[in-house]
Amino acid sequence: MNDYRYDNRTVQGFILSAIFWGVVGILIGLLISVQLFAPSLNFAPYFTYGRLRPIHTNGLAIGLGIGAEFGLLFYVVMRLCRRPLRFPRLARLQLWLFNIAVAAAALSLFMGYSQSLEYAELEWPLDVGVVVLWVMFAVNVFGTIMKRQDEQMYVSLWYTIATVVAVAVLYIVNNLAIPAGLMKSYHLFAGVNSANVEWWYGHNAVGFLFTTPILAMFYYFLPKSTGLPIFSHRLSILAFWSLIFGYLWTGAHHLVYTPVPDWIQTLAIVFTLFLIAPSWGSVINGYYTVGSDWTKMKSGYLTKFFILGITFYGLQTVQGPTQAIRAVSQLIHYTDWVPGHVHMGTMGWVTLTVTASIYYVIPAIYGTTIWSEKVANIHFWLVLVGQLLFSVSMWITGIQQGALWKAVNADGTLKYTFLEGLTKNYPYWHMRSLGAVIFTVGMLFFVANVIMTIQKGKALQASAPATPAAAPAV
Amino acid sequence: MAGEIYKKPVLLAVMATVAISIGSIVTMAYPMFRADMHPQLETLKAFTPLQLAGRDVYQREGCVGCHTQTVRPLKSEVARYGDYSKAGEFAFDHPFLWGSKRTGPDLAREGGLRPDAWHEQHYTNPQQMFPRSNMPQYAFLRGRPLDPATTLAHMKALGGFHRELQADLAAVQASLAGKDELDALVAYTQWLGHAVARRQVGAVDLAAVNPFSADRKAKLKGQKLFLDNCAVCHGDEGHGQEGVAPDLLDDRFLAVDGDMPDAAYFAIIKDGSDVKPALGRPGEKDGGMTAFGGQLSADDIWSIVAWLRAHKAHEQLEGEIK
Repeated sequence: MNDYRYDNRTVQGFILSAIFWGVVGILIGLLISVQLFAPSLNFAPYFTYGRLRPIHTNGLAIGLGIGAEFGLLFYVVMRLCRRPLRFPRLARLQLWLFNIAVAAAALSLFMGYSQSLEYAELEWPLDVGVVVLWVMFAVNVFGTIMKRQDEQMYVSLWYTIATVVAVAVLYIVNNLAIPAGLMKSYHLFAGVNSANVEWWYGHNAVGFLFTTPILAMFYYFLPKSTGLPIFSHRLSILAFWSLIFGYLWTGAHHLVYTPVPDWIQTLAIVFTLFLIAPSWGSVINGYYTVGSDWTKMKSGYLTKFFILGITFYGLQTVQGPTQAIRAVSQLIHYTDWVPGHVHMGTMGWVTLTVTASIYYVIPAIYGTTIWSEKVANIHFWLVLVGQLLFSVSMWITGIQQGALWKAVNADGTLKYTFLEGLTKNYPYWHMRSLGAVIFTVGMLFFVANVIMTIQKGKALQASAPATPAAAPAV
Repeated sequence: MAGEIYKKPVLLAVMATVAISIGSIVTMAYPMFRADMHPQLETLKAFTPLQLAGRDVYQREGCVGCHTQTVRPLKSEVARYGDYSKAGEFAFDHPFLWGSKRTGPDLAREGGLRPDAWHEQHYTNPQQMFPRSNMPQYAFLRGRPLDPATTLAHMKALGGFHRELQADLAAVQASLAGKDELDALVAYTQWLGHAVARRQVGAVDLAAVNPFSADRKAKLKGQKLFLDNCAVCHGDEGHGQEGVAPDLLDDRFLAVDGDMPDAAYFAIIKDGSDVKPALGRPGEKDGGMTAFGGQLSADDIWSIVAWLRAHKAHEQLEGEIK
């Protein structure tokens, strides 16, 4: 039977796990956004901003991000190879291990076990767990691709392969540490070298967790959901190679004006500007794909998710390089502008694309349609408004902060104390939390829609047990 | 045939690895073999066991999420925090703790700026000193014991890379004796930035005259500035707080009997504790007074001094009447 052959249970398991951890991560994000203007909501020692922030970032990067990628990329790989996973039991084991690892990771961060490396906070025993998970994933991805039915590999498979390779290299190198106890270690690298390795990792974790796998989904689910072929195969080849080549040079744009050698900073800035080209290669490919029939924006409820998603990707990849330039960095670095930037990518590009892909996959597993297009549309508009309110208020207050820090009197003395600069953020932080609430409500509509669709699918199966599901598309 | 690669997954994986390796090697791996990635200032002192234990607390509590530890070479930043960060200051930092966000101020030059008691009070309850601060309270660190065996293990892990950090149990026990986690965190805070010399302050012209000695408006402004900037430590009335900041109205100056002229007050407000040697009064201990020259203009500082003088005269008169 089709359902069984395609290991849909594993795919759905990862999707539901990702949704669960996603809700946890979003709610913690909401709490820490409020803590920033209401410090009395810090409950020491476990519920302080300092300990919660890594749970928010890891919960969403690993729990939601990697969880959804495991599920959706397994789905994409199976369909593009037209065969089930090579090692289905390994994938089931991976699902269980994934949830245990994320739970243990969250617990360890509550306890304060942290390497103090941004996006690599987890201590070494958990790093080992992450690496094991990744190897399990890689074995199934490569194993399945090796036994595929079509010789030619579609672009989504290239991005998947690049993701598997790059994340492994990045994660292992940056997490090399000197163990100092069961849950304590020190970065193997020190000082400027430590900074350089960490941001080589940190920036590319964004590149290979929030860009390449999401592009793999985009290139697969956009044509699938619209019925329109990708605009240019040649453009996707060009964009793919220049993206994965260019990304790895850019980490030090996070270290502009720090003691890291200037030449590394400059090289990073130059390559960051270069990255606009491949990023926009995918944006153009997306626009022109739907451009052959814009009525799909109205007729297919998913099209707008993908098109707005790729739009935020396009904005993100222009804003990012702009920020890397020294003249801009000196103003906005260390301010709230940067979280504003990050959240446009995560709440805009990543969330829209991942949720749309899930909307495609869940009904497809059961051979049915989405429970409610109306709810999906409500979800779309709420997350869009929530995210814009979030990012825009952060950009405004970020510029304000940077300007207040720099403002000087006629005699060269500083105009504002640090505290004056801080308190002027508060109104914007209120607005950010409001945006976050709207976004969260939107995501709850999404969760409800997915659960109801699964209920609908299960009811359908129960009512017609003898009916075989549709044969796989050949 | 270039198109063949899209039919060969292993070849594609190899080529993708090559593509990601070039930038990684040039900007990340190759620099590791250059001396400029491993600088160490001669003035840099290794952590004591207590300071390392404090750094562990700093890591555990995620302080790096809100505080940076690197001053950029920008005019306004040097004016606010002090000299810009040097590569050689971080040789013992596994990992670097520069951070990426300044919800709170940069801490790279925090060491030696204020007395321990100030930090203890501030960590315990930041809002008591700065009502609109958003920093969480870390009162729970008070009384939490330090474990010498744990700190020894941490010293040993780093000691394998830095002989300056080698220590035995006796040394660790001695360093941690009678201390709790809050003491350790304060000790680490005071370690920050010690390797770079503070600004050199030249001779002070003690004969300089306060232009506002008789200016009523300036004195009112001085009082407001005092309440905004100085009262946090010295109290609204300038009588100081035990261990945090001295009384400004008694006839002692920097812990020595006998007052000094307005110009001395001006100098210490402007340049902070760095001016103590130039005034010939070393004070009770290093540090203590923050330099306000970066945020207060000369007129502002003279106004504060003028108000302090008037306030002192007023209190003396009150005492005599009683």
